[in-house]
Amino acid sequence: MSQNNDKLVIAGRAFTSRLMVGTGKYASNEQMVRALEASGAEIITVAVRRVNLDRSKESLLDFIDLKKYTLLPNTAGCYTADDAIRTCRLAREAGMSDFVKLEVLGDEKTLFPENEELLKAAKVLVKEGFTVLPYCSDDVILCKKLEDIGCAAVMPLGAPIGSGLGIRNPYNIRIILDAVKVPVIVDAGVGTASDAAIAMELGCHGVLMNTGIAGAKDPVAMAEAMNLAVRAGRLAYRAGRIPKKLYATASSPIEGLVE
Amino acid sequence: MQITINGEERNIPGQTVLQLLQSLDIDPRRVAVELNLEILPKAEYESAPLADGDRIEIVHFVGGG
Repeated sequence: MSQNNDKLVIAGRAFTSRLMVGTGKYASNEQMVRALEASGAEIITVAVRRVNLDRSKESLLDFIDLKKYTLLPNTAGCYTADDAIRTCRLAREAGMSDFVKLEVLGDEKTLFPENEELLKAAKVLVKEGFTVLPYCSDDVILCKKLEDIGCAAVMPLGAPIGSGLGIRNPYNIRIILDAVKVPVIVDAGVGTASDAAIAMELGCHGVLMNTGIAGAKDPVAMAEAMNLAVRAGRLAYRAGRIPKKLYATASSPIEGLVE
Repeated sequence: MQITINGEERNIPGQTVLQLLQSLDIDPRRVAVELNLEILPKAEYESAPLADGDRIEIVHFVGGG
């Protein structure tokens, strides 16, 4: 089965890799560069923050080849629609691209989405021409609303951000996949390669992660593991798995046994 | 004159936004600027004068998920 034509299409743009990765929490920029390379990702998330006036020379973009990667600025740390909208406008001006990962958080302990504010922000941003990829709860009703507003994808969480708990509610993800037509990208919660593979085997169109890679003992090796897992999971999904059965089915023929 | 840059009060001589960025050693291509809560398009950095009491935010991309 050819993987060449199996592209992830978001708002008319086609991507070969279905793994999106963050750029936070690495021990060094050099380590980040090697992990990004190993992940095979084409879309990478970044945060928008004030320039440190005393150390203004330091720039993340000195380490990132913008011909190779599409930046997806996030609104991490925003707790209201207004803050998230403001951050997106700044991101567009800084990066000259309309892609944004919209997140509006509900509280610091869980980092769960504040979905009312998320919907409010998404409406405004879509009207302003942004390509909005919202981080949201794994709730089909909400995902439908985000799609109806005009979001380019939905990005339900697998588990809390940075928790590494994996896909806690695969059935909810399945229901979302049945209900929406835009790409479904699991964002947050992936801890290891099998979690990413599970998301892809469910039929998700992509996976986004940061801590799962950057927090591993060897982030570069984990980035490669995630790259393989996302590809393996996608291929298994497309190949069509066998149905689960309670009892055995022999793999070898019954006929011709030595008697 | 007194202006607020990224929440810090600073006393600076009269100048444009571009001159301020240069004096802070900031590459204008790598940042976004908000002047009194309005995004300032890059094309206007050179012509936009700063006034006493202005609040300016200068942001850029950092590592994040």
